[in-house]
Amino acid sequence: MIITDILKETSWSLSANKVRSGLTILGIVIGIASVITMVAIGQGAQASIASSIQSIGSNLIIVRPGAQKSGGVSSGAGSSATLTNDDASAIKNEIANIAAVAPEDSKRAQVTAKGTNTNTQIVGTVADYAVVRSIVMESGTFVTENAVKANAKVAVLGATTRDDLFGAGSDPVGKIIRIKNVDFDVIGVTVAKGGSGFTNPDDSIYIPITSSQHFITGNTFVSTISVAASDQSSMADVQNNISDLLLKRHNISDPEQADFSLTNQADIIATASSITGTFTILLSSIAGISLLVGGIGIMNMMLTTVTERTREIGLRKAVGIKKAYINMQFLAEAVALTFFGGFLGVVLGWGASLLVSKLVPSLTTQVSMSSVLLAFGVSTAVGIVFGFYPARRAANLSPMEALRYE
Amino acid sequence: MCAFVARYHTMIECKNLSKIYQSGDMQTVALNDVSFSIEKGEFVAIIGPSGSGKSTLMHILGALDSPTKGEYFLDGQEVSKLDDDELSQLRRDKIGFVFQAFNLLPRTTVLRNVMLPLLYSDTTDQQREDRAKACLAYAGMEESKFLNLSNQLSGGQMQRVAIARSLINNPAIILADEPTGNLDTKTSQVVMKAFQELNQKGHTIVLITHEQEIAAFAERVISIRDGIIESDIKNTKK
Repeated sequence: MIITDILKETSWSLSANKVRSGLTILGIVIGIASVITMVAIGQGAQASIASSIQSIGSNLIIVRPGAQKSGGVSSGAGSSATLTNDDASAIKNEIANIAAVAPEDSKRAQVTAKGTNTNTQIVGTVADYAVVRSIVMESGTFVTENAVKANAKVAVLGATTRDDLFGAGSDPVGKIIRIKNVDFDVIGVTVAKGGSGFTNPDDSIYIPITSSQHFITGNTFVSTISVAASDQSSMADVQNNISDLLLKRHNISDPEQADFSLTNQADIIATASSITGTFTILLSSIAGISLLVGGIGIMNMMLTTVTERTREIGLRKAVGIKKAYINMQFLAEAVALTFFGGFLGVVLGWGASLLVSKLVPSLTTQVSMSSVLLAFGVSTAVGIVFGFYPARRAANLSPMEALRYE
Repeated sequence: MCAFVARYHTMIECKNLSKIYQSGDMQTVALNDVSFSIEKGEFVAIIGPSGSGKSTLMHILGALDSPTKGEYFLDGQEVSKLDDDELSQLRRDKIGFVFQAFNLLPRTTVLRNVMLPLLYSDTTDQQREDRAKACLAYAGMEESKFLNLSNQLSGGQMQRVAIARSLINNPAIILADEPTGNLDTKTSQVVMKAFQELNQKGHTIVLITHEQEIAAFAERVISIRDGIIESDIKNTKK
């Protein structure tokens, strides 16, 4: 009887005062929807910037052979021949959080095609190189695993090299080039990337590392091993693990004597993490301000109805309804309003986020569960506290005081 | 359903009631050692100017406030010792209120307003509705208005609804606090006639007013001034 009476009283009271209930719900809906939408847009922007940084290769660790020391005379980093294909396989197989490993054996050489020739960097490598260096194909395919296994005489041209040998914009796939008197089939052309540091990836020819070692350089060593960590946060661990592994493989006990060196793109990482940090602060402020604005809206709606409600509470007390029942009814009203408004707010916020994604294709918004929970939690808490607390206070007044409340 | 058998016994008994309001160092004596009793079936007007203590007395009689000193028995039950919830219970079961400002729930049907005191009581919806309809008819409300919203009624109609609400639990006394204060003279007469009719049907009515003409409708007038009873006169006209 009591429960059904409270539920009936609540639903009647909310539906009898449609404007009041509607405005309260609107306040809650706007509060919650704005938090969800703003955070979704912010996180979308953050993800899009993070992926741009990702494509520059911020997760890249480069292993180079160390300086060869003989009797105190150093011949400079990269001059010794200490890294092998097996080192690369060991890194790939034994270390966690690695996305790709690409050993590289490169040398400059003269290249000829039908009637044209150029001098360019010949990069012997494996299929993972495309992953590590974010290489995108304009046509054809990159060097494949099978080509590496089979010592295949195939070549992928950088965009600039293609322009030099076959003319700008042509598609040389299927044609033949000659490197150091060995014929290679052209199987692909990369999309122009622009320069990166001292090497220009567009002015290069990529061939299987086995073919390079066999036909071009005659090396059994590799000049560098590029390692892509699976994400930026595991960079430090991956770098330490590579160092430990190679020291063990090369039987070196003193890290000072290492015959290799590790470098990463520290400045890019620093920039990336400072951008991420700024974004985190931005997002928190947006969420905080939206929550504050929404919360104050909800609070105002709840408090402005107090005068009328106080008289009603006085009347209810005067006709002999117990305080506990009055409290329960008002609590039920506040809960019903905030949950209904909260639900609508989540739906509206979600919809608005999707709409923004639709209208601005470059910005993929991301609705996060935590922002939904935060918005819903704070708004319902504010709604319930400010809906229930004044009613509770009014129920504690003497009936006459409550009835005369102005 | 709302009528009860007239049987003479003491309905209200006040013994040495005092009410002192304390604010800071200031003491205000609102009621000073007031004693009187009201029998079942009486129609009593308590009259006095503002500040006389009549409102304080009404609050105590209505179990809305408790006296600082003294004892108050309503229908044989000592009220001054009850706690908040027991007072609520007592108000629901024994007292029907009619207020100056009507105090109906806004935007709410007449029927629902009358049923309000039955909320959370052990009655079915059908019983509540039947009782409310009976009381409305008893208070002289046309049946066609039962489903009207309270704010669509005239002042006189509102007060009839309030009277019907006060009758719903078949109370021991009906306590009317300036029931005509918000009504014009003509409507006031009609409402006072309604109270007289209720009294003739056996209801005990206590009326609080500051107007002599309104008090004249009662059969006994207690006038109060400065917290003490100035006079207690049986109205000989009746």
